[in-house]
Amino acid sequence: MTSSIDTLLLSFSPLNLPYSVAVVISILINGVFIFLLMALFATVAVYFERKVSAFMQDRLGPMEAGIFGFKGGKKFWGGIGQTIADAIKLLTTEDILPNDADKKLMIIAPFIIFMGALLTFIGIPFSDGIIISNFNIGVFYVMAMSSVGVIGIILAGWASNNKWSLYGAMRSAAQIISYEIPLGLSILLPVLVVGSLEIGDIVGWQAQHRWFIFHSPFMFIAFFIFFVSGLAETNRTPFDIPEAESELVAGWMTEYSGFRWAIFFLSEYANMLIVSIISSVLFLGGWLSPMRIFNIFPQSWLFFDGVVWGIFWLFTKALFLVFVMMWFRWTFPRLRVDQLMHLCWKVFIPFALANLFFVSIWELIFS
Amino acid sequence: MSNQDKSIIKAEEMVLNMGPQHPSTHGVLRLKIHTDGEVVSKIEPIMGYLHRCFEKHCENLSYEQIVPYTDRCDYLASMHMNHSYAIAVEKLLEIEIPERVEYIRIIVAELQRIASHLVAIGAFGLDVGAITPFTWALRDRERILDLFEMLCGARLLYNYIWPGGVSHDLAPKFVHHTNEFLDYFEPMIKEYDQILSGNIIFVERTADVGIITPEVGINFGVTGPSLRGSGIPHDLRKDEPYSIYDKFDFDVPVGKGMMGSVGDCWDRYWVRMREMEESIKILRQALGRIPSGDVHSAIPKKVRPSKGEIYSRYETARGDVGFYIRSGGKNIPQRLKMRSPAFCNLSVFSEISEGWMMSDVITILGSLDIVLGEIDR
Repeated sequence: MTSSIDTLLLSFSPLNLPYSVAVVISILINGVFIFLLMALFATVAVYFERKVSAFMQDRLGPMEAGIFGFKGGKKFWGGIGQTIADAIKLLTTEDILPNDADKKLMIIAPFIIFMGALLTFIGIPFSDGIIISNFNIGVFYVMAMSSVGVIGIILAGWASNNKWSLYGAMRSAAQIISYEIPLGLSILLPVLVVGSLEIGDIVGWQAQHRWFIFHSPFMFIAFFIFFVSGLAETNRTPFDIPEAESELVAGWMTEYSGFRWAIFFLSEYANMLIVSIISSVLFLGGWLSPMRIFNIFPQSWLFFDGVVWGIFWLFTKALFLVFVMMWFRWTFPRLRVDQLMHLCWKVFIPFALANLFFVSIWELIFS
Repeated sequence: MSNQDKSIIKAEEMVLNMGPQHPSTHGVLRLKIHTDGEVVSKIEPIMGYLHRCFEKHCENLSYEQIVPYTDRCDYLASMHMNHSYAIAVEKLLEIEIPERVEYIRIIVAELQRIASHLVAIGAFGLDVGAITPFTWALRDRERILDLFEMLCGARLLYNYIWPGGVSHDLAPKFVHHTNEFLDYFEPMIKEYDQILSGNIIFVERTADVGIITPEVGINFGVTGPSLRGSGIPHDLRKDEPYSIYDKFDFDVPVGKGMMGSVGDCWDRYWVRMREMEESIKILRQALGRIPSGDVHSAIPKKVRPSKGEIYSRYETARGDVGFYIRSGGKNIPQRLKMRSPAFCNLSVFSEISEGWMMSDVITILGSLDIVLGEIDR
């Protein structure tokens, strides 16, 4: 599996640029690409979320805002320009820094959260060979980077100098750090079976055998634990207690406005995408077509495979999981702090540990 | 979490100011919360941000002019306030009401009860974090408001039930449209049950939380669904039937502790759900046998009761509302005092919510279903 930085460097070689310049240029191109992807995904996902919630709540959702006079149809595509209008509104609203806030920390916090999401994308694959940088510790890197954001959340909550924000930040810290454990233990299972931390190897195993979700009953539980813990990591309902709207107003984001708030929003949606892509890669066969679930079809049938189809399949799976997240959000109420901790420490972690044990035995017997 | 398993290590208390601008205090209630971490040790509710001198105003207004003011007390159940005030004045005047008027009043009162309970359960869901039931509830409430609009042109503050009668006779096809609404709404209750009543997280959040024991409930003067949630079948429609409620066949649902202990938040919610079903029962009976007649015949030309005083009770969506009126023989009351059910229900709030967590405080407040317009008056 190649990485896109290597590919870019190769394509620059005829230009005879100095090596350092070529590296910087290729990193910049990749960075801009990730940023655009995040922005695009946030735009689409916000619109999607609005329409999904409207559909579930028996309303229409945004209907008025269009793009260049195109207002869309009567039902689904109405208000297609709403997110763009919102983005412009967010970028042009006043950026308020409260007088008593710790201004330096308050300015830094959104960047840290954003950096966490941005850096995670370096290890995230988009298809076979389309990955910014292909580490041999890819899964570990993604796990590590996705937990950087919590520092930003604590900083934001503390620097706001608002009791509600502080509550949100503390809840968030406790929640994210706790749920890292079942998340990590569930990731360990595919790694254990494959014997490699490299994302390409993990998907390669699934191409040869079957999707990990169907590896064994324990792996199915592991997928469930992983996905629900991922929900908790991204602070989505039913685990949105750090920003519990009805309790803490907006939690750690209360004092933020304008562009800084938009960055929080962008990171939140980016995190959703990250969790969805990682769960698809680890458990749902990544960029493999659904024909490869059990690997029973003859090779000649597999014409939906390949790099381009890979992007399609990966994003189909990931977006479906994003939809499931939204579905959860509009169906479930919010857990209480102690119930959240109960679920993590007394349910998920024992189950994840037992899973680890049973999958090891399974491997010992069946492989 | 309850009173006994508070953590042994006590940190410094933090005083949080919740409201009057807070999404979950149901209006302009302000709560001063003393917290130790997430656990709440003391709550001081502070009221009065919506005080409009209702009772003092009434001493300077004629009896007819007071009706729109009662609308603004409990703005989610204006019909009930109109009705309760009208009953009090009629008792004072000692006038007989035509039967058609009584039927119309009961129809609008029960429709209003459904509308008010819909807001209550929807907002309660919102308090625990479920957004979808709220929009569903408001969608169905909208249809009731449409019916009221058909009736009197107003959607929130109706000024519909006057002492001696109602402002307008039933609109043509009103009965038909109401029947249509009931046919639509009855299956909807099942849908609410599916998304909320049985929702595992909802049950987790509300069962065994904020228990009002029957003794505490009675001692604090809690009434309405909040008291019935504690298992006490106290309903003025049954106990002291006013208007013509004795002619109808309906049950008084009480909390049974199906998901936790009797009198928890889930029970209060559940009682409201079942009360909507009972209201539908009453409505079907009333719509079936509504007599004809003139709705304006009993409205007195001049409301000038002789000297005396009266206290009348009425079961609103929130509990017993009481009107004490003392007449000095003039066309304005000498003194008018309203017993606000939500105010008494709120008084139990700090008693039952101390020792719970921050999130539970919101849940408990939501389950009491307060309306600040009525508390502050």
